[in-house]
Amino acid sequence: MLKVNNLHANIDEKEILKGVNLEIKPGEVHAIMGPNGSGKSTLSSVIAGKEEYEVTEGSIHLDDEDLDDLAPEERAHRGIFLSFQYPVEIPGVTVTNFIKTAINESRKAKGLEELPAKDMLKMIREKADLLEIDRKFLSRSLNEGFSGGEKKRNEIFQMAMLEPKLAILDETDSGLDIDALKVVANGVNKLKSEDNAVLVITHYQRLLDYIVPDYVHVLYDGKIVKSGGKELALELEAKGYDWLK
Amino acid sequence: MELKEKLVSSFLAFENKGGLDLDSSIHGIRTKAIQNFEQAGFPTKKDEEWKYTSLRNLLKQDFSVFPSKEDKGVGFKDIKKYLINDIESFTLVFVDGVFSSFLSDTTHEELDICVMSSALSRPKYKMIIDNYFNTIASESNSLSELNTAFTTEGAYINVPKNTVVSKPIQILSFTTGKESELLIQPRNLVIVGENSHVQIIERHQNLSSNPSLTNSVTEIFVQKRAIVDFYKIQNDSEKASLIDNTFVSQKQNSIASVHTYSFGGKLTRNNLEFYHEGEHITSHLNGISILNDKQHVDNHTLVNHKFPNCESHELYRGIFSDKSTGVFNGKVIVQKEAQKTNAFQQNNNIILDDGAAINAKPQLEIFADDVKCSHGCTIGQLDESALFYMQSRGIPKKEAKALLLFAFGNDVVEKIKIPQLKSRITKLIAKNLGVELGFDL
Repeated sequence: MLKVNNLHANIDEKEILKGVNLEIKPGEVHAIMGPNGSGKSTLSSVIAGKEEYEVTEGSIHLDDEDLDDLAPEERAHRGIFLSFQYPVEIPGVTVTNFIKTAINESRKAKGLEELPAKDMLKMIREKADLLEIDRKFLSRSLNEGFSGGEKKRNEIFQMAMLEPKLAILDETDSGLDIDALKVVANGVNKLKSEDNAVLVITHYQRLLDYIVPDYVHVLYDGKIVKSGGKELALELEAKGYDWLK
Repeated sequence: MELKEKLVSSFLAFENKGGLDLDSSIHGIRTKAIQNFEQAGFPTKKDEEWKYTSLRNLLKQDFSVFPSKEDKGVGFKDIKKYLINDIESFTLVFVDGVFSSFLSDTTHEELDICVMSSALSRPKYKMIIDNYFNTIASESNSLSELNTAFTTEGAYINVPKNTVVSKPIQILSFTTGKESELLIQPRNLVIVGENSHVQIIERHQNLSSNPSLTNSVTEIFVQKRAIVDFYKIQNDSEKASLIDNTFVSQKQNSIASVHTYSFGGKLTRNNLEFYHEGEHITSHLNGISILNDKQHVDNHTLVNHKFPNCESHELYRGIFSDKSTGVFNGKVIVQKEAQKTNAFQQNNNIILDDGAAINAKPQLEIFADDVKCSHGCTIGQLDESALFYMQSRGIPKKEAKALLLFAFGNDVVEKIKIPQLKSRITKLIAKNLGVELGFDL
């Protein structure tokens, strides 16, 4: 599904990614771990198409299509979803209106009609119920005044609505207490299927107790220096990152 | 001949042929006003209050000072789209400065919603005119003085005490371009009695592509415990310029709000001044400016806190693209006696293009020591991380930008208390930002 091949990326002429290779198949959960500054968030932003980063070498393919020339929204239309570490507050736009716009833009890009209001509402309610989201929450301004847990839950709600092929969860555990973490992880697990894939980016192992990865990769200084099964995460938790240098 | 000379020399002719049977006190006020104007002249960039707004090019045009009184052939179909027509309302329509009774819906039942020309000339209004007319319009403002000197027509609204006006009042002033370059000077007087409530929507509209200049003065008197909501829609053509001078005087426990939506026009200058004449007064000043091309808007505001326990809330937002320019100058004075004042001012601006600019100047002059005052002024670009966030959810950049700009203006739009007006303003904003939104905010 996703093939990252020898990816090099710069920001402000500083090289952050120095040759990342990664392949994710449908139905798999991958985790990328690594110390601060190793390039984890850069990798997720580059896959999602953030314009500030310049890809200098290598490629990213989704289902054999090269993403290089595609804008972030076009990548989203093809099934990439990035859950943000710090979701942006947008006062004045409700959660419902935001997700309606996102879904209909995506449908428009695929040459489909807008989803009828009735069907949209039904879908919103189903997904909200699935993730145990209070409906009142849906008429609040997007992320405005949301707690850390609410913001992350809102990200997973949007993921549920957009039904991506590949969901990238960037530091989804940061700022969450253990209860909020469980709720969010539970949501992700409910959305998991044989046809989609999840890439979890995290500093700590604890999220991986709840979203169990098939593969764990260690990113260090812009390269994947070690890959393994879920037991690698426990080893990292016990030994830290220093032994990998 | 320069416009100033033309105006001054027209004054005598105007006084003689005015056609209004005015008592001598009005003559006196006018004569003094023209003298003040003659002495001060039009403001120039040397004047601190006009540092960033130049009238020079505008005043080079050969404006007609007296529009012809002939019927301009403007019918309801021509003006319909400028009305908020999905609500019941009283309407006062002026065409080239002349009242059109045919297009208007006035009343004298329980309250007066009619025109200045009758208020100035009929004996039964004399006492009110003597008590209110030109009592708060600033003598140091030469443009306001110019308006006073030539006052002929405008809205006269007098709401007696304990009256909630059942429907909003719309004041519409059109220029037709029949005179190729026309100066009009509407003069409005609004008096809202004790415990009364009124909502007013005002709009200036040039119906042609000929240049027009409107120099308008509005005096609003808000008596004890009265509530006034005044909405100004400034979405005029690229050839229309507007100088709006609005003065609000409030008595104790009253609430007055003036909302200014500047979406178009060649040059727009708003002088908005609030004067407090009692305790426990609340004043709201809200504005959104969304400009493009080479449009210019200048919002000069003043809130003069003179009594204790009053509050003022000021929120102006601006979005400037292309080569448009803006000025925000918000002055708040808290006098020595005005203890326990709460005065808040916010001015936030987004600059979308390199050629656009905003000059923002908050001015707080605080002479009392037990007050809460704050001001905040920001000038920035669109938040790139927010754009990326929205794009990553599949919303294309153009729509994402529009949504963000909408959200930016939303705090101000939220304060509109007439739903139909709110939806109209929302649509105007969408149009100005060049997008179709699939929903109402």
